[in-house]
Amino acid sequence: MRGLAPLVLVVFGASALGDHSAPRSGYQYLSPETQALQNDNFSNPGMLWAEAGRKLWSEQEAGNSCQSCHGSASLTMRGSAVRYPRYVPSVGQVINLEQQINRCRTVHMHVHAWGYESQMLLSMETFIAFQSRGMPIEVKFGGQEQESMERGRLFFYRRRGQLNLACANCHEQNSGGRLHGEVISQGQTNGFPIYRQLWQTLGSAHRMFAWCNESVRAEPYPLGSQEYVDLEMYERWRSAGLRIESPAVRR
Amino acid sequence: MESTRIKVPSIAKRGTAVEIRAMIMHPMENGFNFDTQGATIPVHIITDFICRYMDEDVVRVKLEPGLAANPYFSFYLEVQQSSEVQFEWHDQDGRVTRESATIQVA
Repeated sequence: MRGLAPLVLVVFGASALGDHSAPRSGYQYLSPETQALQNDNFSNPGMLWAEAGRKLWSEQEAGNSCQSCHGSASLTMRGSAVRYPRYVPSVGQVINLEQQINRCRTVHMHVHAWGYESQMLLSMETFIAFQSRGMPIEVKFGGQEQESMERGRLFFYRRRGQLNLACANCHEQNSGGRLHGEVISQGQTNGFPIYRQLWQTLGSAHRMFAWCNESVRAEPYPLGSQEYVDLEMYERWRSAGLRIESPAVRR
Repeated sequence: MESTRIKVPSIAKRGTAVEIRAMIMHPMENGFNFDTQGATIPVHIITDFICRYMDEDVVRVKLEPGLAANPYFSFYLEVQQSSEVQFEWHDQDGRVTRESATIQVA
């Protein structure tokens, strides 16, 4: 028993900064006011996009709508967001939810793909992710997903930009610390797409990655690029077990 | 038409004050932001919000630049009889977004 006391201290000391034994949602780093904004399903601004997506779900294009194949979204789309990104054999690579929506549109509906980060795609993605709210993330790691995740892991630990910082320098080693007035989160992706107060609008995980890359003065990759999908894959691995909060509100 | 969300109780007791909520998706550009090329993004805002009940204006708000995006209003309405509650948002270019819901008063 005597030897236990210093050990407990060490564990608690480590948990203050950069402890990564358990994933923590970005929600836990928010102020109570911002948490309240996310909790209230009416005042959460992200719900505007979910509502727009709900209308798009049944909107016919070229004689088809999402509904005509998938039926009621609350039944068929529940749990779909927790499984992406994943490997799709016919595409031959790991794709995320946005790319799957566009694949559905081009392959099955024979209509044009929505632009990445367009209002339409964000709305539909929010609506679909919202159906999985409260479900824990559980991505399956087959061979291709594993490879993608490993590439994402390299990205996460590679220093980049003029500031020469890797994702891990802030979001792993210093999570819970401060960057000016802001509390640094673990950078988990369970709330995406997020309504970000800084942007005054909704954004995808890739927009956030690009924003982060620019913040360390690195050249961001294009939204929807394989580099970012791989990073998303790794983020899913990191946040395994966290519950989907989409559309979350973040600073 | 912008995406909107409204919350109006479907049933209410006569004489009670019920909470009404309304929100619209709008960037509310204040004219002080720059795009990636350094050009000023022009002002683009909602200028008027109106709520009508029993064919009467119950709330009328004039909005100015400097408000946050996606303006959200919440207020209490004392209900007298069953009627439609109508919402209107006017933007600076004269475009109007309308929404309505019916409230049953018992």
